Amino acid sequence: MKEVIHLPVQNVEEEEYHINMGPQHPSTHGVLRLVVSLQGEIVKSLKPHCGYIHRGIEKMCEKDTYPQIIHLTDRMDYFSAHINNHAVCLLVEKALEIEVPDRVKYIRTIIDELTRINSHQLWWCSFGMDLGALTCFFYGLRDREKILDIFEESFGSRLLHSYYTPGGLMMDIHPDFQKNVKAFIKYFRKKIKDYDNLLTGNIIMQERTKGIGILTREDAINYGVTGPSGRASGFACDVRKRHPYGVYDKVEFREILGTKGDTFERYSMRMHEMLESMKIIEQLIDNIPAGDYSAKMKAVLKLPGGEYYQRVETARGELGVYVVSDGNKSPFRIKFRSPNLSNLNVLDHISRGWKIADLVAIGASMDFVIPDIDR
Amino acid sequence: MDNAVLKERILGLVPDAEYQENKQFLTFIIPPAKMHDLAFKLKSESDLAFDYLFCLTGVDMVKFLEVVYHLESTTHRHQLELKVRTEDRVNGAVDTVCDIWRTAEFPEREVFDLLGIRFNNHPDLRRIFLEEGWVGHPLRKDYIDEVNIVEF
Amino acid sequence: MKEADFRDNETLELFKKSGGNILLTTVDAMIDWGRSNSIWPLTFATSCCGIEMMATGASRHDFARFGIEVYRASPRQADVIVVAGTIVNKMAPVLKRLYDQMSDPKYVIAMGACAVSGGPFYYNSYHVVRGVDHVIPVDVYVPGCPPRPEALLYGVMQLQRKIRLESMSSPRQTVELK
Repeated sequence: MKEVIHLPVQNVEEEEYHINMGPQHPSTHGVLRLVVSLQGEIVKSLKPHCGYIHRGIEKMCEKDTYPQIIHLTDRMDYFSAHINNHAVCLLVEKALEIEVPDRVKYIRTIIDELTRINSHQLWWCSFGMDLGALTCFFYGLRDREKILDIFEESFGSRLLHSYYTPGGLMMDIHPDFQKNVKAFIKYFRKKIKDYDNLLTGNIIMQERTKGIGILTREDAINYGVTGPSGRASGFACDVRKRHPYGVYDKVEFREILGTKGDTFERYSMRMHEMLESMKIIEQLIDNIPAGDYSAKMKAVLKLPGGEYYQRVETARGELGVYVVSDGNKSPFRIKFRSPNLSNLNVLDHISRGWKIADLVAIGASMDFVIPDIDR
Repeated sequence: MDNAVLKERILGLVPDAEYQENKQFLTFIIPPAKMHDLAFKLKSESDLAFDYLFCLTGVDMVKFLEVVYHLESTTHRHQLELKVRTEDRVNGAVDTVCDIWRTAEFPEREVFDLLGIRFNNHPDLRRIFLEEGWVGHPLRKDYIDEVNIVEF
Repeated sequence: MKEADFRDNETLELFKKSGGNILLTTVDAMIDWGRSNSIWPLTFATSCCGIEMMATGASRHDFARFGIEVYRASPRQADVIVVAGTIVNKMAPVLKRLYDQMSDPKYVIAMGACAVSGGPFYYNSYHVVRGVDHVIPVDVYVPGCPPRPEALLYGVMQLQRKIRLESMSSPRQTVELK
């Protein structure tokens, strides 16, 4: 018979274990590196490392003229590409005191809202995929192709159009634009019910998101979290309501605020926003005034010396463009206040104490686009 | 609070603040030593209540380096712009406002990385976008990089 | 691509004429057919081109019908790396490491103007690598900003044609870039 040997049991010290969710990882958020320090499976703290897609856009813009900057702002947050361009165009028009025709304002607002729906569709795809529901990927992208068809007919390319220009638009919209947009809205109203059936009511998804990653209203303001993530915590930060631009002051839409600030609320915020965007488009699509598609602009645009700031609401939060001009045709300094940088700052704060699988759900609900952080 | 009353209030808190005319926001230039105290009062006093810092920028005006803060109050809806200047291009330092507005943490690291302005008492001041060993601060006007930049 | 073009490989004809080993050509043909029809890529998307790559994998332009059945998350299990997006100085060592971790035979598709030559970020940027072929050897270049899904499919078909030219007697040389 074998003897059982008892080894003396020493005090077992638990150490923190660091893992690296490296720049290449399967969720499609881009190149973000998170060094997560865990105790077992619980996240104790996390440090994001950015800069893996830092292209130096702000420095490049100092050598480009104002219409050329539009092509670079497109590529910053490529899901709200039109909205980024809108910010730069509004800033230049305000500085030069140019009044754009009403037709331009209506078309810009409609395209901004289509871009917002487009961005939220892709967010929904990747949210489902991160939680493991791969069907969402195919449903969302299939519906997104309809919007891309509308864009391709009018602007010539599927993604990254650089359609707005200071003073108006590059060219007029296609004659079938209104008909196609109306057909899309009718189609999508039916499909969004499918989205709810597929994911929102799913018990696994609800268990994984309700009560996870809570962000209070004071923290949202302190950390500067805007967009649907901030509104889910009760921070009324919608730039379309507080500092209206385009024709947002003429349409009726609700700014929906949440109370709990957990992952499920951030999810519902975006689903409701898609419905509100469709409401805005329906109010505007039949009333586009006739007229020019661009105001008369000089060939070379020189902004008078001074500082200018413009805020817009992208699909992820408040984008600010700050230009210091010295009277030349290129800006002396241009800075883009990125909504995703503030949202990333808060990720450490809200994911402490949750498990690493919850970290994936929290990251998916905050909806990062990394090139916007790094510019 | 409208701009005239706000202007009197700020000048009351920091008498040697310099007011700039004809700007988009109510703009003041604040001496670097007074910035942290002013920031604390701006957030804590209930009639000012500037709780939302929506933009922190660094600018290299060739004669000096500047940090620009854009503030807004969510309750009273007034906005303010503050500028802090330093002429020291080698060791220029400004007090951090991270302990007052947590949103300032990453933008201050960005200003340090790309412009070289240090922030005193920052919890974790290191480069954010460029590699650890990068020499120089690219957004400065006198930054020359023969190897990496292809001039047009 | 027309079927006739796809099947027509002049180099293959030349090789057959010059009298390669009959036994090996059939084995080669079979192996190359197998390899070219099941290339599994690594999930690697840095910026905007990554979205067009995802759209190519979705239901309208499905590239599972070309053999790209699944994306593998780990480089050890992947055959091809589709570099979609800009590569910057900080990301270049990571890309090299991923490429080194892939096992042979491995292929690279440079998708988009940024990966081909630096793209819109060629001038005046201090942090962009002008073309991913400064870091790893590239097989197929797909230009566009971003390239349409059909363009990426054409690029994949070109890669398939290239794979069919391989033979066991002259194995694929992977160049070691220091």
